[in-house]
Amino acid sequence: MFEQQLLNALTLGSVYALFALGFTLIFGVLGVINLSHGAVFMLGSYAALLLVSKVSLPLCLALLIAMLATGLLGLIIDFLVLKPLRARNAPHLIPMIATIGVAILLTSVAQGLFGAQVQRFPFGTVSEASFTWGNIHITVLQIGIVAMALALMALLLVIMRRTQLGRALRAIAEAPKAAYLLGINVEGLFLLTSFVAAALGGAAGVLIGLSFNAITPFMGQPMLLKGIAVIILGGMGDIRGALIGGLFLGLAEVMSVAYISSDFRDAISFGLLFLILLVRPSGLFGQVLERKA
Amino acid sequence: MKTSKAVAALLGLIALSLAGLVLAADIRIGVAEALTGPAASYGVSNRSGFELAADEINARGGINGNKILLIVEDEQGKKEEAINVFKKLIFQDKVLMIFGPTLSNSAFAADPIAQQAKVVVFGTSNTANGLTDKAPFIFRNSVMEADVLPITVDAAVKHFKLQKIAVIYGNDDAFTKSGYDVFKKVLEDQKIQVTTTETYAKGDVDFKAQLTKIKATNPDAIVCSCLAEEAASIILQSRALGITVPFIGGNGFNSPKLFEIAKEAADNTVIGTPWSAENKTPANEAFIAAYKARFNADPNQFAAQAYDALHIVAEALKKIKLTGTLEADRLALQQVLSGITWEGATGHFQFRRAAPKDGVEGGYDAQQSAVVSIAKGGKFILLK
Repeated sequence: MFEQQLLNALTLGSVYALFALGFTLIFGVLGVINLSHGAVFMLGSYAALLLVSKVSLPLCLALLIAMLATGLLGLIIDFLVLKPLRARNAPHLIPMIATIGVAILLTSVAQGLFGAQVQRFPFGTVSEASFTWGNIHITVLQIGIVAMALALMALLLVIMRRTQLGRALRAIAEAPKAAYLLGINVEGLFLLTSFVAAALGGAAGVLIGLSFNAITPFMGQPMLLKGIAVIILGGMGDIRGALIGGLFLGLAEVMSVAYISSDFRDAISFGLLFLILLVRPSGLFGQVLERKA
Repeated sequence: MKTSKAVAALLGLIALSLAGLVLAADIRIGVAEALTGPAASYGVSNRSGFELAADEINARGGINGNKILLIVEDEQGKKEEAINVFKKLIFQDKVLMIFGPTLSNSAFAADPIAQQAKVVVFGTSNTANGLTDKAPFIFRNSVMEADVLPITVDAAVKHFKLQKIAVIYGNDDAFTKSGYDVFKKVLEDQKIQVTTTETYAKGDVDFKAQLTKIKATNPDAIVCSCLAEEAASIILQSRALGITVPFIGGNGFNSPKLFEIAKEAADNTVIGTPWSAENKTPANEAFIAAYKARFNADPNQFAAQAYDALHIVAEALKKIKLTGTLEADRLALQQVLSGITWEGATGHFQFRRAAPKDGVEGGYDAQQSAVVSIAKGGKFILLK
């Protein structure tokens, strides 16, 4: 049983990490806790569902178009909501509250368009084959999710660490005004970040919609809560942190179900989270914020 | 002097004729259902059932010449909204009676308002125990889990010769939790060994940790007090983990969604419900055909119960001479409704008065026998 539970933890953790990647990216660069990320994630799922079931596109193409569509949605949200607030120098809490409004709006629109009922991808969209290895069962999708989470994280890390673009983004994260004075196109990069983060959210939506067969207008809400926990645990805005935080939360949840009781799952995993934050208030990878006088 | 008297008389006449017009035109019935929010899949089905029944009744000329007018309000599956909607329907729209709300949770909050105003409230999807206690104006035709599950478990145990059973349920939802309480008692009463009891929370999509644990205890079957969508995910994930034993479920399983999501993986699932599409009575077949023609979709239990409920009320209304005085008509309905019997889509129906509590008379529950079905080839057939 232990091996299977370890595998369960790995896949559940990767799901959380996938969701948290875009979430943490937007915080890292824009400094905004974007609470519409859950709704964007949900719409990614629906976009791919429509493309696969109504237009019968192959899944890979549907995934790409869904990412593009959610990316554009992210751009629109940034342009209509976040940008005007930035222009007015709104305090930190204001954009967060504004994105709650965006989330409610998008969720209601999705409910109006698609109804409240749970939907799933058509049968046979992905191979339902599973591999058995002694006591361990793993499906193709589970492997896909873990691989995707790792690959996207690696890609983001390389971009942030090794490219000119990444350097510019880090400069903006450090001090947007100084970056602007250095000639970096701050507004352009903000828009790019919103696009990429939303596209990542959309990709997570497609993968999670595929593997759990539970696409609803409300699928973003519980994920958002876990996502916030993951990025706080990993260190706000840290990309490695999103992965490690996701895996940690997955492991804590699965192991408390396996060896203690499913009744106390959330109490135990969030209790652990609290303890870690007591010791490391800035998360596993976060830097302690200096007080700027 | 004379002219003013004449004007007054004229006005009086106009008022009378207007009142008469309204009286002959429609019987106003409130429908408070969750049309948005997570409970909307049930609320919308309920509404479809009411609309279908109202259209049928009105197409046949209404009740003693009066048409039924449904005033539909969205209570969003929330207690606060249900209370607001009930107040609006009773005091502002001045309805004769109210159908709803969708969830037992909301019913506990909103039904007392109807009881206080002496307005009949008729629930078609409230299965929680105790809802009708001390409230003679509360009616329901939804069969309580406590009546359905013992029959279901008994049939499944005999069919599969079960000895030990694992349990999984959602522990933060009034419906799945109360279903679990009944299952627990039934399993104790029938002296069946429970290998492990696992829980999940609303919004969970990954149940593999719980299922892996269940698999390790090697049960003969899994009892699942869940809603259809969760149940479908649980069944699919258990099959992916190599669990092959049958599932036993309650009312929540009885939705086409189960097979839309899980297909043949759900085979051998045993459920007990007040309604089944496979129940080939003339009334049920007529309902299914009419529903498909109108909505271009398969009906579910919630539509069937709502459909029957409006027909039951229509039966009662046929026996009442409406006076136009709202209080008197509301009272008359309460007195006649309790005695109605009906052969509908859900079979033979009559009310059963809830036992008095602390010397206060109770309301009216459903007296109806459950149908036990088993899933085969992607649909439920009667278990014999």
